[in-house]
Amino acid sequence: MIAANLPVQRPPDAKVLVVDRRGHSTHRARSEFVNLLRSGDVVVANDAATLPASLSGRHSRTGRPIEVRLAARDSLDEIARFSAVVFGEGDFRTRTESRSMPPALIPGDRLELGQLRATVARLLNHPRLISLQFDGPTQEIWEGLARHGRPVQYAHLPTPLAIWDTWTSIAGPPVAFEPPSAGFALDWSMLASMSARKIRFATITHAAGLSSTGDSELDALLPFPEPYRIPQSTAWMIKQAQASHGRIIAIGTTVVRALEHAAAMFGGAVPAGERLATQRLGASSKLRIVDAILSGTHERGTSHYELLRAFVDDEILGRIDQELHAHDYRTHEFGDSVFLEKAANRTGNEVHPSVPAGQCLCHP
Amino acid sequence: MHIHHKAVGSIPSQLAPANGPSFNPFSTRRVAVTGGTSGLGLALVRELLNRGAEVALVARGREGVKRVLQELPHAHGIVGDVSRKEDIHPIAIQIVGALGGLDVLINNASDLGPAPLQLLADTECEDFERALATNVLGPFRLTKALLGSLAASAREGRGAVVVNVSSDAAQNPYPRWGAYGASKAALLHLSHIWDEELRLEGVRILSIDPGDMDTPLHAAAMPDADRSTLQRPEEAAHKLANAVAALLSPAASDLHPDLDSEAIAQGAKG
Repeated sequence: MIAANLPVQRPPDAKVLVVDRRGHSTHRARSEFVNLLRSGDVVVANDAATLPASLSGRHSRTGRPIEVRLAARDSLDEIARFSAVVFGEGDFRTRTESRSMPPALIPGDRLELGQLRATVARLLNHPRLISLQFDGPTQEIWEGLARHGRPVQYAHLPTPLAIWDTWTSIAGPPVAFEPPSAGFALDWSMLASMSARKIRFATITHAAGLSSTGDSELDALLPFPEPYRIPQSTAWMIKQAQASHGRIIAIGTTVVRALEHAAAMFGGAVPAGERLATQRLGASSKLRIVDAILSGTHERGTSHYELLRAFVDDEILGRIDQELHAHDYRTHEFGDSVFLEKAANRTGNEVHPSVPAGQCLCHP
Repeated sequence: MHIHHKAVGSIPSQLAPANGPSFNPFSTRRVAVTGGTSGLGLALVRELLNRGAEVALVARGREGVKRVLQELPHAHGIVGDVSRKEDIHPIAIQIVGALGGLDVLINNASDLGPAPLQLLADTECEDFERALATNVLGPFRLTKALLGSLAASAREGRGAVVVNVSSDAAQNPYPRWGAYGASKAALLHLSHIWDEELRLEGVRILSIDPGDMDTPLHAAAMPDADRSTLQRPEEAAHKLANAVAALLSPAASDLHPDLDSEAIAQGAKG
């Protein structure tokens, strides 16, 4: 595949590889995505807006330059305390694999990040991974992030991203650390034609975390636990669709993770509320809610790719890889897409969230 | 005050909510007001806080924002210039971050163009550009950046309303009001088109002309006006809040029972 190296969310020639439930594949123009849907389907997207989560600055004790990438948080409302990955000198132009280490960090170290000030609260078992605590009142932290932060970016995109490059058309709460990029395919015109065809559109808010750190030890831990919120309207639309045999179509892996986490916790139902998705989905996961996914094209070995194994078996995934390569599909967040229906023969195990239900953050 | 609407009856004509005194459409509603440190904007911030809304105000000057927050500590203050493209997303992040979502956006910040007013032929291009950036592109960009949040509110049955503050200069060709009038005319037309386009999503875009008021903008335009004859911004704010309340009240939903967005909003409310 080819790296998509321009931040264009909907290039006119964007493609989608469509794989139906029997494993048959076709190539379509992604602008015709709505034609893949049926009356009665519910399309669920992640409406998280992307925080500019890359903060350049200085490690106070040594005076050395650092880049902090906010990576995870415990709840959607948390704004003072984050898990973060810390790099030494440099920026996105250097591949993450080649980034220098930060100075040795110890709890209590102070970090100067633009107008923001933070303290290293804890080390998280890796020299790059910390829990950090911002100083000051909530409003000042929001202002500091909004004005000083830059979108997290990787070396395949040579020019600096603007915040608007990273926001989907439907972006709402600024809680994601990287864009829920499957949603780049959507625009308001598409939503209008869905509506005209009695296809419903729903959203969840899922704080998508970092997709890559450049460090294989850390990457093995991805995705970190991610908080998500399911609104009342979305819970209602899913229930209605299930009752009338409509399909649930997820726009992106974060939506699958959130809906399947909720369903595993509540015996197949998807009630409204906020929770923390801790599970990982893979070949052995049984999907209870989602019938199909629109996703970017993912490289083998990534957690996104693993999640696709819950939809189709490895033989079909292998064929998909070949098709994507043979037809010059573009990869990464601004690349082309795949639309996978859950294979008719999938018989995975039940998904079990790895936290006890008592730790759920759900609203009453 | 005049609500610019194309089809008579498309907006409830009564200004007070029809659901009795106990129903307060602003309680728990999240509202952002641009140009919120003076004139109509400040009056709106006070009015909406009094009605129980969570309010974020946006203004260019840090000192002005600080001053208002001293008087109104429950408001959220955001420093930003809606005429600057680079400020829009930082403003949107802070609005939705502070309020946790958004139900009502009031694009109130306005630029007069040249002050004192000039004939168009004497108007500097830069003054016209600034008026367009503040009065047309700013509201367009900020609304676009916040549309995901507004549409989410509509689906949840909370209602979603954008108010673009207009002027009779949007419709009448007053000499010397060229930059301001042309920019407000563009905003008026934008409001009408966008309202049509977003009706299916349950998001309403209103254009409201609050009438002549005793505000800093009016003083800059007409320094010799007799201020005692002008409407106080507090009165205009009260009326404008009533117009928004009418759209947020449950009665407003009865207008389009055939829309699926209404069925979804009803489902969300249980």
